[in-house]
Amino acid sequence: MTHPQSEAELADFIAGAKGPLQIQGGNTRGVVLDGDVVSTRGLSGVTLYEPGALTLVVQAGTPVAEVEALLASENQQLAFEPMDHRLLMHTQGEPTMGGVFAANISGPRRIQAGAARDFLLGVRFVDGQGQVLRNGGRVMKNVTGYDLVKLMAGAHGTLGVLSEVSLKVLPTPETTATVTVRDLDLAKGIAALSAALGSPFDVTGASYDPQVRTAYVRLQGFEASVRYRAEALTKILGQLGSVEVLTDCADLWRGIRDVASLAGQPGDVWRISVKPTDAVALIPALGATQVLCDWGGGLIWALMPAGRDLRASMTVPGHATLVRAAEGTVLPRHHPEPAPLARLAAGLRAQFDPRGILNPGLMG
Amino acid sequence: MEMPPPNAAILAQKAELLRQLGRVLPADAIISDLAETRAYECDALTAYRCPPMLAVLPRTTQEVSAVLRICHAMGVPVVPRGAGTSLAGGALPTADCVILGVARMNEVLDTDYDNRVIRVQTGRTNLSVSGAVEEDGFFYAPDPSSQLACAIAGNIAMNSGGAHCLKYGVTTNNLLGVTMVMMDGSVIEIGGAHLDAAGLDLLGVICGSEGQLGVVTEATLRILHKPEGARPVMIAFDSNEVAGACVSDIIKAGVLPVAIEFMDRPCIEACEAFAKAGYPMCEALLIVEVEGSEAEIAHQLHLIAEIARRHDPVELREAADAEEAARIWLGRKSAFGAMGQINDYMCLDGTIPVTELPLVLRRIGEMSEAFGLKVANVFHAGDGNMHPLILFDANKPGDLERCEAFGAEILKLCVEVGGCLTGEHGVGIEKRDLMLHQYGAADIEAQLRVKDVFDPTWLLNPAKVFPLSTTESRRTAGIAAA
Ligand SMILES: Cc1cc2nc3c(=O)[nH]c(=O)nc-3n(C[C@H](O)[C@H](O)[C@H](O)COP(=O)(O)OP(=O)(O)OC[C@H]3O[C@@H](n4cnc5c(N)ncnc54)[C@H](O)[C@@H]3O)c2cc1C
Repeated sequence: MTHPQSEAELADFIAGAKGPLQIQGGNTRGVVLDGDVVSTRGLSGVTLYEPGALTLVVQAGTPVAEVEALLASENQQLAFEPMDHRLLMHTQGEPTMGGVFAANISGPRRIQAGAARDFLLGVRFVDGQGQVLRNGGRVMKNVTGYDLVKLMAGAHGTLGVLSEVSLKVLPTPETTATVTVRDLDLAKGIAALSAALGSPFDVTGASYDPQVRTAYVRLQGFEASVRYRAEALTKILGQLGSVEVLTDCADLWRGIRDVASLAGQPGDVWRISVKPTDAVALIPALGATQVLCDWGGGLIWALMPAGRDLRASMTVPGHATLVRAAEGTVLPRHHPEPAPLARLAAGLRAQFDPRGILNPGLMG
Repeated sequence: MEMPPPNAAILAQKAELLRQLGRVLPADAIISDLAETRAYECDALTAYRCPPMLAVLPRTTQEVSAVLRICHAMGVPVVPRGAGTSLAGGALPTADCVILGVARMNEVLDTDYDNRVIRVQTGRTNLSVSGAVEEDGFFYAPDPSSQLACAIAGNIAMNSGGAHCLKYGVTTNNLLGVTMVMMDGSVIEIGGAHLDAAGLDLLGVICGSEGQLGVVTEATLRILHKPEGARPVMIAFDSNEVAGACVSDIIKAGVLPVAIEFMDRPCIEACEAFAKAGYPMCEALLIVEVEGSEAEIAHQLHLIAEIARRHDPVELREAADAEEAARIWLGRKSAFGAMGQINDYMCLDGTIPVTELPLVLRRIGEMSEAFGLKVANVFHAGDGNMHPLILFDANKPGDLERCEAFGAEILKLCVEVGGCLTGEHGVGIEKRDLMLHQYGAADIEAQLRVKDVFDPTWLLNPAKVFPLSTTESRRTAGIAAA
C-alpha cells in the first residue's frame, strides 16, 4: 500500500506505476480489486472555507467527519447528505471526501437539493499518465469549458485520482419534522410520496418502508414554516392513511440514509434507480427478501437471495448496482451500459487512462 | 475575433450537398439563398456576422440524424442552433458550415406530474416549457432573462442559469436525460426519468459543451410545483462594500433567498431613467426575493431586514403587494433595455468569489476611467456571477476593440481573484482566446480529448470554446479524414 503525502507524490507514483492500481480513500465500501493499493489518506486537510460564500476546498483524503464537524461550527452542512456505508457493508475505516465524490454518494436530500455531483464545483486530479489536471473552480457558477467536474464525479477513480475537491455547502436548517403516514400498501405509499413531492411544500426526504407499511416525508427550515407545512401536508396525506408528525427524527433519517434496515442480514444488497412510480410494479417482481424506498420511490434498496441476478427482472428503464455482494456472488457490480454509451465510456477511459491502470474493471 | 478561413473544397460541394439534403428533408426545411441564410448570420453577439453556406430546419430526430450523416460523410462542419440568443457567439456560423436549427422541433412529448418530469423536443423555448405545466401549478426552474426567446437546446448547450438559480440550480441540475445525435448520425439516449446515470456522467459533460459533442434533440427536465408565493425586498446602500457584506451575512444566517440581485450606481441611474421604477439614488442596490406561504415570506423578510439594518441601509423597501413587487423588479428586469437605449453595450459574465466583490467593483471602476468607457454592473450576487455592461459606440472606429480589450481585462481580473471567465453565457468565440488565462495547456488538452471521443472528425461547431491555435491540428486533420 502506498500513501502519497502530496499531489506531486501521487502524480509521480502513478506516472511510474508498472501495473494496475486500486485507489482507496477510507475503503468503507469494501471494494477489493487486483493491483497495488494507493491510499489518498495522506492528502488531507481543508484548504479554504468561506462560510459567507458557501464554499469549501479540501484535499481528497480528508475524512467526511472532519468536514462535517467544521461545517457544523458555522451551522452549515453537506446538503446532499452522503451515506455512511460502514453499517451496511460491515466495514471499518473513515469515509473521505474524495471517495464520496468519486462514487457520487448522495442521501435522502438528493431529491430536493441535488446529488453530490451537483455540489462539486471544482476538481484537481491525477490522470492515468500521472498528469495533474484541473477543471471547474471554487465559484458556484462556472461554464468555462467542458464540465469535467461532473465527469469525475461518479467515475469511481477510473478517469483519474481526485486530489482536491471544491464544493458548495448550505446552511443547516433550523428545524426538521417528519410527516409519517401509516398503513399504506406499496401503491399507496408511493402515491403518498408523489403527492408530497408534487406539493409546494419543499419536501427534503421522501421514503417508504414496505416492512412497516409507512411513508416518511421530511420537512426542514425555520420552525414556524416547518409547522405550517407539516399541517398542510397532514391535510393532504391524511386522506391516504393515519398521519403523525414526528419532530425528533434525526435517527430515522440517518437510518434511511445508511439503509440500516437491511444491514446485518445475509444476502446481496442492490441499489436500483428508476422512475419513482415504476417502483410499484417493479418491487413485487424482484423477489426480494426486503426492500426500502427512498427518493419518492426512485431509489430502491433491495436485499436479495445471494447470487440472484436482479437485473434479469428489471422490466423498466433505470439501473441497478450490486452494492454488497455476499460471499460467492459473482455478478457485475455496475449495470451494463447500452453499447453506444459503453463505447463512449471506453473512449474516455482510453483518453484519460490509456494504460488502463486506474481501478481496472471496477465500472465494467 | 478571428475565425478560420472558409474551406474552398467544402464550398465547392454546395450543389452536391443540397442535392443530398434534398433527399432527406422537405424543401421548406432547407435554406440556401443568401437573402435567407442571412437570418442566421449571427446570434445575440451581433458584432460578429457571417452567413452560413446553408441552413437546415429539421422537424424530427431522424431528420437531424440524416443531415448529420450526410455532412459527416462530406466533411462539412455543422453549427447547431437553438434560438440564436447566445451572447458568446456560440451559434455564429462560418461561411463553409451548415447551420442546423432545431427551432421547429418544439413539441411537448410527455408530462408526468407524479414523477415531476417533462419530456420536450429541444427547440421549445424555455418559457413555454413552464407554460405547458403552469395551469397545473408546476414550473421549470432555470429562468434565463432571455427565457421568452431562448430554446432548451441552447440552455443545455450553455448550461444556462437564471435569476432564481441560487435556490433551484442551473440547467445541469435540472436535466435528467437527453436524446442526442452524434456527428456520424447515430442516435444515443442518456438518462431518463430516473435520477443519476449508470456509468460515467455523460449527461454532465454534454450539458455545457456548447454544441461541440452532439446535437441534442429531446430532453427530460425536472419540473417542480410552484411555491405558494414570492416577494422581493429592495435594500439600498451607500457603498458597494457594505452591500457585499450584507449579502454575505444573509447567506451565513441560513436564509436562502431564491434570488439576490445587485446593481451599482451607473446601473441604477440608467434603469431609473429608463423604467422609472422609483429606485433611490445610491451606490448599491440589492433586490432579495424569498418564497413560501404568506407567513413564511413575512418571517424570512423580517430576518433579512434585521440583518440589513445592521448595515445601516439608506433605504429598505418591502413589497406590500404584487404591484409593488413588480415595481421593484421592473428596473432590474429592464437593465439590458436601459443600456441599449443609451448606447451599444457588451455584456460580460465572469464569476467571482462573493467575498471579492468590493475589490472587483473598485478595480472595474478604475479600468473604466483608464479605457474611457462607461460600465454598469448588474449581477446575481448570491453566487458571484457578475454582468458588467460596457457601453461603447459601434459607429465609432476603434470603440469595439477598446471595449473588447476592457472586457478581457475584467475577465482576467475575475480569474485572478479566484473566479472564472463565464458563469452562464458560455465561452463561444467571445472568451475563446482567454481560456489559457484560466486553464493550463494540459487542462485544455484534457477537454479536447473529450471532444476527440464524441466527435473524432471535429466537425461540430469546431472553431469555438478553445483558442484556435490549440485546436488547429485537430480541425484540419478532421476535415482531411472526412
Ligand atoms: C437579453 C438576453 C438575456 C440573457 N440572459 C441570460 C441569463 O439570464 N442567463 C443565461 O444563462 N443566459 C442568458 N442569455 C444568453 C442566452 O440566452 C443563453 O445562452 C441561451 O441558453 C441560448 O439559447 P439559444 O436557444 O438561443 O441558443 P443559441 O444561441 O442558438 O445557441 C447557443 C449554443 O448552443 C448550441 N446549440 C444550440 N442548439 C443545440 C442543440 N440542439 N444541440 C447542441 N447544441 C446546440 C449552439 O451551437 C451554441 O453554441 C441572455 C441572452 C440575451 C440576449
